[in-house]
Parts: sequence; C-alpha cells; structure tokens
Amino acid sequence: MAMKKSFKGLFYTPYILWLAMFVIAPVALIIYYSFFDIHHQFTLSNYRVFFESGTYLTMTANSVLYAFLITVISILISYPMALVISKLKHRDLWILLVILPTWINLLLKAYAFIGLLSRDGLVNNLFEFFGIPAQQMLFTDTSFILVAAYIQIPFMILPIYNSMTDISDSYIRASSDLGATKWQTLTKIIIPMTMPGIKSGIQIVFIPSLSLFMLSRLIGGNKIITLGTAVEEHFLTTMNWGMGSTIGVVLIISMVVVMLFTNTKRKGRRS
Amino acid sequence: MDNRASKLGKFYIIFVFLLMYMPIFYLIIYSFSKGTTMANFDGFTLSHYGELFADKRMLAIFLDTILIALLSSLFSTIIGTMGAIAVHNTKRRHQRETLLSLNSILLVSPDVIIGASFLIFFTALKLPLGFWSVLLSHIAFEIPIVLLMVLPRLDEMSPSLINAAMDLGATSAQILSKIVLPFIQPGIIAGFFMAITYSLDDFAVTFFVTGNGFTTLSVEIYSRARQGISLEINALAGIMFVFSLVLVGIYYLIENHNLSSGRKLDRVEVPDR
Repeated sequence: MAMKKSFKGLFYTPYILWLAMFVIAPVALIIYYSFFDIHHQFTLSNYRVFFESGTYLTMTANSVLYAFLITVISILISYPMALVISKLKHRDLWILLVILPTWINLLLKAYAFIGLLSRDGLVNNLFEFFGIPAQQMLFTDTSFILVAAYIQIPFMILPIYNSMTDISDSYIRASSDLGATKWQTLTKIIIPMTMPGIKSGIQIVFIPSLSLFMLSRLIGGNKIITLGTAVEEHFLTTMNWGMGSTIGVVLIISMVVVMLFTNTKRKGRRS
Repeated sequence: MDNRASKLGKFYIIFVFLLMYMPIFYLIIYSFSKGTTMANFDGFTLSHYGELFADKRMLAIFLDTILIALLSSLFSTIIGTMGAIAVHNTKRRHQRETLLSLNSILLVSPDVIIGASFLIFFTALKLPLGFWSVLLSHIAFEIPIVLLMVLPRLDEMSPSLINAAMDLGATSAQILSKIVLPFIQPGIIAGFFMAITYSLDDFAVTFFVTGNGFTTLSVEIYSRARQGISLEINALAGIMFVFSLVLVGIYYLIENHNLSSGRKLDRVEVPDR
C-alpha cells in the first residue's frame, strides 16, 4: 500500500510497542529471573538443582508422558469424528456443535467432573448399575488424563476437520476407481493428506497439556505435579520466582521443540 | 471410501457428542436440584438461581468480568487491526515472516508462562496487581488472535482498489476509512468476538496477575470449586451456558451477514487476480 511514511508509522507504533512490551520483554525477563536464587543473587544453581535432583527430571518426564497420553487419546477420538463429520450433509452445523463446548468456561467443565466422578456421582452410579463396585475416581492419574483429553478434543477435531475438507473428492474417487479398498484409501490417501491438520492439532493440544495446573489441582488433587503446576507453585505459593522461571524456561524450550517438529504454515489456537 | 458416512460412523459421532455434552447438561440439570450435592436429584427448585442473584459479590465479579472482556477486546481489536495493516504493508517477505512468528508466540505459549512472565513484568514496572494488570494482560494476549483474523481479509483485498482510489485523488485517511476498513470489517468483527471469548475463557493468566483484591468469574469458580460442590456454581454454569449460546448466535448472525455482503464486495472487485 503506497501510503505516506508518517501515516504508516502510525500503524506500526502501537503494534511494535506491544511486541516489545508484552512478547519480548516478558520472555526476556523470565530467562533473566531463572539465573537468580530466592535471595536475588546471580546463580546457576536453579539449573543445577533442576538437572541434578531427580524430582524435577521425574516431574518433567511425567508431564511429558501425561501430555503425550492426552494428545494420543484426543487424536484417537477426534480423527474418526472429523472423518465422519466431513462426510455428513450438514457438516457446518455439526462442526458448530463441536465448537460450542469450547465456549463454555474451562473451569466449569472441570467443576462438572468433580461432580461426575465423585464417589456417589453419575459415573459410579453407572458402574454400580453394571455390577462394577464404586471406586475412587477423583484425584487419580486416569481421571486427570481423561478430563484433560475431554477438554482438548474439540481443539483436535477442528484442524483435522479443516484439512479433511481441503481434500478434493476426486482423489478419493480416483483411488477407488483404481481398485483401492476403503482401508487403503484411508491409510494411503486420507491420513497422509490430513497430516498438516494432525500436526497443528498436536501443537494446539500438546503444549497446553504440559501446563494444565488447574486440572491437576481440581481433578488430580495435588498428587499430579506437572511442569505447569510447579511453575504456579513456585510463583504463587513458595515465591521462589527464580526456580519457577527455570521451570518456565524448560517449558519454553519444550514448546519450541514441539513447534519445530510440528511446524506447518497454519497458525492460531482455534483456527 | 464412499462419500457418505456409514451407520457405524453416525453412531460413533452421536456417542462422542453425548459424552461431550453430558458434563455440561449434568451441571445445568443439578442447578435445578433441591439438594446440596451433584449426586441425587431431589426435586425441582430455582432457589440456587435466587441465591446467585442475591449474591452481591458474585454480581460485582460478573460485571467486572464483562467489563474486562469488553474493554480488552476493544483495545486489542484496535491495536491488532493496526498490527495487521502494518504486517500487510511490509515490503520484504522475511520481515513479514518474523512479525508473524513474534505474533504467534503468545498464541502458542502455555498459559502459565504468559501468566508468570506478565507477573514478573508488572512487578518489575511496580504496577500494582488488580484491575489494570488484568486488563493489560487480556489486551496483550488478545492482540495476536485479532491480527490473525484481520490479516487474511487484508491479503484478499486487491491492490487495484487502492490504486484506483489514489488515482482519483483520495488521501491516505480517506483510503483507510472509505476502502480498507469497510473491506476488512468482517475480519475486525470476528477478531473482536474471538477476543471476547479469549477474555471470558481465560483463567490461568488472570490467576497469576490478579493479586488479592480483584477477581474474575473463572478465578472465583476455581477458588469455590476447590472448596467443593456448591449448587450456586451450577446455577452460574446455567446462566453462562445461555450467555455463550447468545454470543455464538450473535457471532454466526454477523458472520453469515458478512459472508453474503462479503461476496457482493468480492464481485465488485476488479478482476485482475
């Protein structure tokens, strides 16, 4: 656009100011703080503690494992969902039904599960109906993973669905004309062509799953310590910002790694 | 694979949809229960809604949340739209790519990182935690999504529209207000709504930067849920569900309206691309 220089500057200034103040400065500050201990002394001890004490490494391994399981479960449930919805007549309407739960506050959904999974909640009642004895479900790893997957599923369905609607029908027809079975069409055509969707789904689901501290508090009952829970604890409870920042830096690095592995042109959490 | 969904497929999606909606309806159904837990439905009552409306503290928090959502969306829409125009105007490709990568940092960062780093930032600036820190944080994390909603519309716009206007002697301000803004308006509105939902949905960032005096609904629900079940929260869930339905409705009305008027605009466009 050939506008006057001064006029252009008008658009750049607020946005660049935002980039500097709320994107670059906070990331720089968190890296800076990670080199200070609780007495504001410059030190590398936070990193030493992180890599030498078994607790932090186990915690990192655990939260990667949890995030991995959450991501795998949501792909397994979402992929067939996206596949079927993309073939339905009123698919726009059905996909709207997928989006709608994402407009409900996350905390309310988590709260619903406190009721559903409690000792005399609906799930245990159903279990008893089928002759399975009631069990403690709240505050277990399984329930944490399942509830997290529940919350992430719409965010996994949407990118996969988008990449499915991008596939032209003629590919599918060509493949069946050439004698491919349904299974071959799925594994040789549809899945490879929806890889970008799966990748952006992984990006959207895996990274937040590393830091779902409200879920690990409400559903995991303080037993599950993920990287996110540890950051929250160091910042808001023990006030050891240095250690919190160090864990934050580890989180940022894992985020960058995930981004590098799943990088596609698509961006945005919910697009 | 034939192009219709099989019976099994339809059965599967109905099953998953039931699972997806069950927790939400479970919450709402129990908001009408006479009991005090989400275990046995003890008969119909509206008393939890009555309690909720009589709860002055809750009402104040509700209004604060709406205020934060509207104000932050307004400012982030303005700055995000300006950012989109700035990104669109970049001459070099790598410059644009760099700006877009920086833009997406806040979109992909885990919430705790955004919250923790903003907390450090506000403390370093000696800004007291409360309404202003929450408002600034919300503006900050909503800007990138607005930019992503507006930028595609700008990229769709044919340069000949601007060239024609300039040839006809329009000033930069006129080009902006008469051509660019009307053309990208659907993107701006979509961005504004996305910003509102991001704001209403946020818990983690607010939780970090809110301090002691100020709360939003998400933070309040969290602290009450940690104390256990209170059917007043269920009533709140019912109201927020209706509220989201209304928001979704408005959003899709505007979207559809824009789609039809957007197509008209596209047809007017000079056919050179």
